[in-house]
Amino acid sequence: MTEEHLLKGWEEFEAGAILYSFDGSSHHINNSIQHSVADWRAEKPVFNEEHCIHCQFCWVYCPDTSIISKDKQFDHIDYVHCKGCGICVDVCPTNPKSLVMFTEQTTNDEAIRNWPAKDTKKDA
Amino acid sequence: MANTKANQTRVVWDGNMAAAQALRQAQVDVVAAYPITPSTPIVQNYSQFVADGNANDGEFVMVESEHSAMSACVGASAGGGRVATATSSQGYALMVEVLYQASGMRLPIIMNVVNRALASPLNIHGDHSDMYLGRDAGWINLCAYSPQEVYDLNFIAFKTGEDLNVRLPVAINQDGFLTSHTAEVVEHFSDEDAFGFIGSYVGKNPMLDGENPVTYGAQTEGEWHFEHKMRQNHALVNSLDTIRANFKKYAEFSGREYHPVETYLTDDAEEIIVCMGSVFGTTQITVDQLRASGRKVGLVGIRVWRPFPKEDLAAAIKNAKSIAALDRSCPMGTTGALYNEVAAVLVENGMSKNLLNYIYGLGGRDTTTEHLSGIFSDLKACSDAGKRTKPVVQTINLRGKMLSFY
Repeated sequence: MTEEHLLKGWEEFEAGAILYSFDGSSHHINNSIQHSVADWRAEKPVFNEEHCIHCQFCWVYCPDTSIISKDKQFDHIDYVHCKGCGICVDVCPTNPKSLVMFTEQTTNDEAIRNWPAKDTKKDA
Repeated sequence: MANTKANQTRVVWDGNMAAAQALRQAQVDVVAAYPITPSTPIVQNYSQFVADGNANDGEFVMVESEHSAMSACVGASAGGGRVATATSSQGYALMVEVLYQASGMRLPIIMNVVNRALASPLNIHGDHSDMYLGRDAGWINLCAYSPQEVYDLNFIAFKTGEDLNVRLPVAINQDGFLTSHTAEVVEHFSDEDAFGFIGSYVGKNPMLDGENPVTYGAQTEGEWHFEHKMRQNHALVNSLDTIRANFKKYAEFSGREYHPVETYLTDDAEEIIVCMGSVFGTTQITVDQLRASGRKVGLVGIRVWRPFPKEDLAAAIKNAKSIAALDRSCPMGTTGALYNEVAAVLVENGMSKNLLNYIYGLGGRDTTTEHLSGIFSDLKACSDAGKRTKPVVQTINLRGKMLSFY
């Protein structure tokens, strides 16, 4: 929602509450390419390269195509589309996990510093 | 009948056949419907036209309920086609949620509503409960009192609803059985002339236009909803101008002239009945009978129920002393909806008249010239006394102790 839309009077809207997908090009202002659709996320997944085995489970399971891989190697998380569902963390098979959920306000560096230790019970 | 442009052929059709033929001649692209008494023959006849290859490649969509029927109509109309359906009573009730969707998305769907009582108790006969149920749904509502009017109003409905200044769905109401199943003489046009009057469908933001994708059915919360609904209401209120213009065009085309408010001998009438539906014809006969004995009585019929033609009604009743508003639906806890409209028009115009409300014909109960003559007698008593002499809400042809309210 933009300021421009909020200022519109009743006679300025398109009849029937119709919304046009594109205005000239697909990079219109209403498009999620330009606008974050993840601003309501409370917890985010953080990636830790040290433990990752590049199995690509997270890439396969992410319901929002927010795990970005290059040449079958984990590359980064698309935080503009990730809704924070945590499925990538759930399917991550390493010990400790290579993806862990942290609160939105935690910086990624902070998260890496507070990374959970290896679960020894699990290995035993 | 002077200046009639189109050649017409006389046939004997009931209201349902008149509606089905009008849909065929309008070259509707999609009819999605679920059958329900007494409107079943409309969609049954239309599906027969399709099966016989006589429906101009129109498509008949069988669905599993009326909710689905109207939903399919919404989809087809948003897709960019000329769309129509028909229903009654419980089916109408099941459609109501989607009726609001159709009008909110400004889709010019045409629906023939064969008015029937609402359960419970279950009843298949005519009254206006279904029409009243959907009166705030944002549809243009036209009322036909005879099979000829059903035929005519369908063309006016397509031409009005699809007008780019209107773009609203239109319901054509007719009384269950009394109009839908009563065969009368109907004058109809050739297929070519009939289609010529409304012309080809003009799409507006059609979803099937892949080059220009649009979203229908968007969510609008507090920031936008009010503006969208008022824009819709603005279109509905102002559609009366287009309806009026199309009534004129249709009069030139067919020789049959319609008005937002129909009047019969109202100019010098001291007592006037205001009504809708097939009771208009019965009241016309009653007026003739009473006029023959010197009584100054008149009749007003509401042709356009939504948008409500306030100015036309005010002009029609301005000379009367006493008025009866007839409602063919149980008002359930207040006065009848038509009474409320008449009362509002009187107040808005500073007119002080005796106004009574008569509830009649529920579930197909007969209303005869004797009953209507009795209403005119009640009104005469009010005129003579210079005040209302009875409680506001009266009942006609109801068995048991006299029942009135307020």
